[in-house]
Parts: sequence; structure tokens; C-alpha cells
Amino acid sequence: MQVVLDHYNYWVCVILMMIGFYGVIAKTNLIKKALSLSLFQTGVLVFYISIGKVEGGTGPVLDPRNPEAVYSNPLPHALMLTAIVVGVATLSVAMAIIVNIRERYGTIDERDIEDIENQAQE
Amino acid sequence: MERIHQNLPALIVVLPLCMGLITSIIGRRGLGWWLAMGTASAVLAMAVQLLVNVLESGTLTVTYQMGSWPAPFGIVYVVDPLNAGVLTIVALIGAIVTLYARKSIASEMDPRRLHFFYALWLFCMTGLLGITITGDAFNLYVLLEISSLSTYTLVALGRQRNRRALTAAINYLVLGSIGATFYLLGIAYLYMVTGSLNIADIQHILATKVFPTWGTDAPMYRTTVYVGFALMAVGLSLKLALFPLHGWLPNAYTYAPSSVSALLASTATKVGAYAFIRVIFTLVGTGFAYRMLHTDVVLMVSAGAAILVGSWMAFRQTSLKKLLAYSSIGQIGYITLGFALGNVNGLTASIIHLFNHALTKGGMFMALGVVAYRLGNTRLQDVQGLGRKLPFTMAAFTAGGLGLIGVPLTAGFVSKWYLVTACIEAGRYEMAAIVLVGSLIALLYVWKVVEAIYFGKRPENVPGVKEAPLTMLVPTLLLAGASIYFGIDASTSARVATAAAHFLLGVTP
Repeated sequence: MQVVLDHYNYWVCVILMMIGFYGVIAKTNLIKKALSLSLFQTGVLVFYISIGKVEGGTGPVLDPRNPEAVYSNPLPHALMLTAIVVGVATLSVAMAIIVNIRERYGTIDERDIEDIENQAQE
Repeated sequence: MERIHQNLPALIVVLPLCMGLITSIIGRRGLGWWLAMGTASAVLAMAVQLLVNVLESGTLTVTYQMGSWPAPFGIVYVVDPLNAGVLTIVALIGAIVTLYARKSIASEMDPRRLHFFYALWLFCMTGLLGITITGDAFNLYVLLEISSLSTYTLVALGRQRNRRALTAAINYLVLGSIGATFYLLGIAYLYMVTGSLNIADIQHILATKVFPTWGTDAPMYRTTVYVGFALMAVGLSLKLALFPLHGWLPNAYTYAPSSVSALLASTATKVGAYAFIRVIFTLVGTGFAYRMLHTDVVLMVSAGAAILVGSWMAFRQTSLKKLLAYSSIGQIGYITLGFALGNVNGLTASIIHLFNHALTKGGMFMALGVVAYRLGNTRLQDVQGLGRKLPFTMAAFTAGGLGLIGVPLTAGFVSKWYLVTACIEAGRYEMAAIVLVGSLIALLYVWKVVEAIYFGKRPENVPGVKEAPLTMLVPTLLLAGASIYFGIDASTSARVATAAAHFLLGVTP
């Protein structure tokens, strides 16, 4: 029990990631798949942000009145700004491709697309 | 001039990035190709200059600090013999395929949108060059995503010829993003341990502060480093399409536009392999990855399976582009096997095969692009008897095929020679046998095509075919010729590869 409570931020990330990962593997609707992928990436973002926390640390703005202050590490946050942009770009490229798939196949379900292709080959 | 010279490592990435943006805005009416071609040539010149600089410098490294922020606080670009060689491969193939792309892509998509194609093309090159040159683990992730995102879009552009390009692209996008996210998570673990993102700095901290404690009673962060490395290895294996994580590759290469297939097959997976070599040999070191975790055994099993399964699947295909795609999976196996062996000859084989396979496969995909350009299709029955109709293109294809088998006097022979030597040196006779069996299967699938080309009968009542237009033929012959040239005189490529292998393993020649 103690292990779970001590590392609860990690558990949150792991659960988020695994929900996303499950969606990517199990869902056949392409939009659900793309959103699950996004969730998977978000799990990693939360992980990065939580490792930047320093015990007892405040926001990383230099406080001249309090030279003893402990600050949280701002670097992971800065990194995640970039990673969020990457995530948004990935999702939008995915959506653009899905729109195209819908136009050409009339469906966004992987199994239906597979059926259509198999029929076309016969 | 002096300024340009000092800033070469940054310019080689920044130039295609800026030119990509400019091309997307002003590149209409054919100007896009000129901008892309100009940029690709400039990048090639810079890459060659960097390679010369590195080989001539005493320390064999050139370091560039972005905005003059010293490492480990700022981002540094580090050029050493290994990545200078890979940069040259990417730039060389990039320039030659850009020359080829003009006619080829014009027949495959809406001519009013060609400037977007060239913009993506330059972004893709930016990402690939950036991954190669950067000395910062997180920067590598960002550039990996830049190249991947433009690649997904480039693959999807094959939609006008076949709508399956779209499903191939979304499949590639999902798997590629998962790979990149795994890599990102891996960096997080190493960052937790070392507090640094600079590759050289992480290596230093791991080697001096973390690993030495593992033999004692209080090992520091052992599991964290294990998990971090495992995540990075899986993520990069996906990017490099190492068996069994190769699922995205065959369809993506098959349905992408011809010029995109040629570029991807000869650069994208090579850069993935480079990143993997970098992580194993520089970031964590072979002492950890091979002697402690025995990753080499895992890699050898994967590589062996990739060689056998990839080659066998290639033999079973009737779509020639898919045949080449599966053969690429086999060839990635050879590259992986080389660095999994971990000795100087193995690493040399791996690096030299990066180069030789890029030439060979690039030339073959371009030859198939010509067939697609003239006939609209690349099935086995389409090339029946084409040897008399397209003599030069088919000669280029055959030369590439001989290279895949590893016939003497082709570039493929040189890499296989090093590889088999390395296997025997390491006492891995079974791997040497797999390499030879793989070559035999390659003989089967190449012969299947060559037989159709030269001894097959051209079907009746099909329209006549003309030889390729000059701007497509010259680049194809150039790569095919290079794959023969570097098989006869391998001294240049072998010198760079040996220097890189010695450098990575820290032994003096």
C-alpha cells in the first residue's frame, strides 16, 4: 500500500498511458485511435511535469527577499511545452489524414476499410 | 566566408528549415523545385565540408554551441566521424533524389500544390540532418518528430495513385508516434538519474557517478537506468523498423510516391539506426548495454529473424515496391547485426552498410519509379520483357539487385565481407551462416525479377514504352553507378567507416 501512495503521481501517469495504449491497440475507429494516442502522449507529459517537482519547492521565480528558498525544476516544464506542440501537430496530421480516408472510403472504421480493400482485390 | 565556415553545423539544419518555410510561401509555378534543389545542393556541399573538417581535425570532433551557451546548459551540435558520415549519406541521397523528384512527383499529384510537397521534403531533410548532428537527447526527440511528421504527410501524398497510401500513412503515424513517445519517456528516466539532457554529459555522469556504485551494497538508480534504456531501445527499434517492430514499413514504402519511397528507404531508417548506435555506444556505453544487460543477444536474434523473414517475405511478393520494402527489412537486419556484434569490424560493417544500402536501395526505388512513371504500375507482370524497352533503367535496377545479393564488385559485397569477418571474429558462426542464407534468399528474389525483365515476354497489345526522361534517368544511373564504384574502390567509404568505428569504441587504429 505504501508503495502505491508514495508514488501516486507515477501511478497516475502509468494508468493514463495504459488507457491510451489500450485504445490505440483495441479501437478500430480511427478518430478514437488518434485520441487514444494523444492520451498516451499526455501520460508522458504529466510524468515529466511531476518529476520536476522538488520537495518543499516553490514556483521557479527568483525571490530576492528569501535567499533560502527552494525552487522546483522548471526545465521539464519547458521541455513539455515543446512536446505539447509536437502532440498537437501529430493529432492534427492524424485528423487531416482521417478526413481524407473518410472522403475516399466513406468510413473511418479500420475493419470496414479492410473489407473494402479485400473486396476490391477480388 | 569565415562566418559561414564557423557556423556550418548549425547552418546545415537551419538552412533547409528556413528554405522549407520560404518554399511553402513563394514556391509556386515550378519555383519550388529550384528552391529545394538549391538547398539540397548547398546542404551536400556543407556536409562534405564538415566531413573533411572532422577527419582533418586532431580530436576527430567539431562542437558547436547554439547561441554560445556552453554544454550542458545549452544545446550543442557535435560532429564526429560517425555522424559526419551519416550526414553525407543523407545529404547526398537528398540531393540526388531531389533532382529525380521533379518529373516523378509532377505526375503523381496536383501540380498546383507542388510547393507544399517541396516544403515537406525540406522539413523531412531538416529533421533527418538534425537527428544526426545533435548532441542533445531531447533535441533529438524534437527533430525526430519533425522528420516523422513530414514523412507521414509525404507518404499520404501517394493517395492519388492508390488510396491505400492514406491507411498506410495513418498506420505509420500511430506506430511512429508510439515509438517516439517511448523514446521521450526513456529520456525522462535518464533525466531523473542524471539531471542532464546533453548526451556527452549523461554518459559522463552515468560512467563516473552511477555505474561505479552498482558493484557496492548501495546501487544507485539501477532499475531507473534499466527501464530508461529499455524504453529508448524499443522506441528507436520502432523507428528503425527492426523485426518484429517493422509492421508499418512495407505499406508505407509501397504506397508512397516514388521519390518519397526512394528518399525514405535510403535515409529515414538509416538515421534511425544511427540514433540507436548513438544511444548504445555513446549514451549508455557497451559495458552497460552489452556486457551487463546482454542487449546484443536480443539484437542478434531480432537481426537474424529480420534477415530471414524479411528476405523470405520479399521473395513472396509480386508487387515490386513491396518486394523492395521487405528486402529493406532484411537489410536493416544486417545493419543491426553489425553493431550488435560490438567489435570494430562489426561496427565498420554496420556503418559501411548504411552507406552502401542507401545507394543500392535508393537506386532501385528510383528505377521502379521510372517504371511507375511510364507504365503507372510496378507489379511483376508489368516489367516482363522491359529489358529491351528501358535498357538503362533496368540495368540500374539489376546493378542494385546484384548489390542486395552481395555479388563481388558491388557495394553490397564489401559490407557483407566485413560483416561475415566480424561474425567469425566474435565466434558467432551461426550468425555468419544466417548472413549467407539471407544472401541466398536475396539471390532468389532478385533473380525472380531479373528473369522477368530480361527473359520475360512483353505481353501483346500493350502500348510501347520509351526510356525514362533524362532528369530521372541520370540520378538513377548515378546511384546505381555509385553502388558499383564503391564496390570496386571501397577505400573512401571504408576509411570513414573504420574511423567512425574506432572512434566509437575508443580504440586507436
